[in-house]
Amino acid sequence: MLIQLFVTFFLVGLVSFGGGYAMIPLIQEEVLNRHQWMSADQLSDIVAVAGMAPGPIATNIAVAVGHHQAGWLGATVAPIAVVLPSLILILAVGKVFQRLRDHSLMKSSFYGLRPVVAGMIAYAAVTFAQNAGMFGRLSWFAWSQIGIFAGSLIALFFLHKHPVSVIVLSGLVGIALYS
Amino acid sequence: MNEKWKRLSGIFLTFLKMGPLTFGGGYALIPAIEKEVVDGKRWLRSEEIADVFAVSGSVPGAVAVNSATFIGYRIAGVPGAIAALLGIVLPTFCVMAILTVFYVQLKDNPKIESAFTAIRATVVALIAYSAIKIGRTAIVDFATGALAVIAALLLFFGHLHPLLVIVIGAAAGVAIVKIREFRGRTPTEKTPKPQENEPVYDYMI
Repeated sequence: MLIQLFVTFFLVGLVSFGGGYAMIPLIQEEVLNRHQWMSADQLSDIVAVAGMAPGPIATNIAVAVGHHQAGWLGATVAPIAVVLPSLILILAVGKVFQRLRDHSLMKSSFYGLRPVVAGMIAYAAVTFAQNAGMFGRLSWFAWSQIGIFAGSLIALFFLHKHPVSVIVLSGLVGIALYS
Repeated sequence: MNEKWKRLSGIFLTFLKMGPLTFGGGYALIPAIEKEVVDGKRWLRSEEIADVFAVSGSVPGAVAVNSATFIGYRIAGVPGAIAALLGIVLPTFCVMAILTVFYVQLKDNPKIESAFTAIRATVVALIAYSAIKIGRTAIVDFATGALAVIAALLLFFGHLHPLLVIVIGAAAGVAIVKIREFRGRTPTEKTPKPQENEPVYDYMI
């Protein structure tokens, strides 16, 4: 189990190019589809909890998934696995990276890689939306979830609210609406 | 020996103090790191720190964590890198561990359950927001727009592994630029400079 956790999060660390949520599709694929470690609801909750802690989302998710799978040992091994690829890369290529970065092959692969990452995150958003019940029959519940989604997006995008405050506010709305 | 440990613990403590600041986003941390490392501790000169941030933005992983690691490495080699990494990650780890315990304890409480039902919709917004932010800097022309759509479709209908999609994306980028060169267009014309794309990472940490 620890080895599986390590390998999974090492891969996540290796390809987390371009943003905090960029590795969500990979985590989703590995944690939900391949290993079936938890339900989609549980993963969504972990993403929310990870968003409330300071620090990189990927490391935070690793702590929670590791804890879920293998207790405190897992919660320690998984984040180490996430940061290890960056550590190795910096130690190995730190000195020459400046030159490598300006290399045309490197530039052109990033040119293709970035939009693909954006597409992947958009896909992840759709699958999380399915799980949140937004595409179900257009019931009161589906509409309320769409409303919370739209409100959260407006708060983040136009009002530039901090993710933590949006998450907390949304939780309060949920208590008011659903309990 | 004693001197070396003193230096390592200095690196560790410096970044440990900055860990809680990562709440404000990776790029919020950069001025703080710069101030402490260049003006405060005088470990690096300001030209050197610019290089550090440029490299840290291009290596996978969170830019603040990468910067800390690289600065630690510059000051005291591999042990320095590890000391800095531990320093910056430890506070985050502790907060996340505490939150995880709270979550595990409280998740079956009906009030918390309904809070998380709503938060699931907010998580979708957080992810969509990050897709928009990255998309705005990554999609610079028709080809990159098409790549983003194709990637989403491949995942949705083709059920390809995300790793494979990333590799295809990088290969497609190289191929597109090569074709453009072949047709006589300058490759730099449409290829964005890495510096312009760095705000992509500001959501990372």
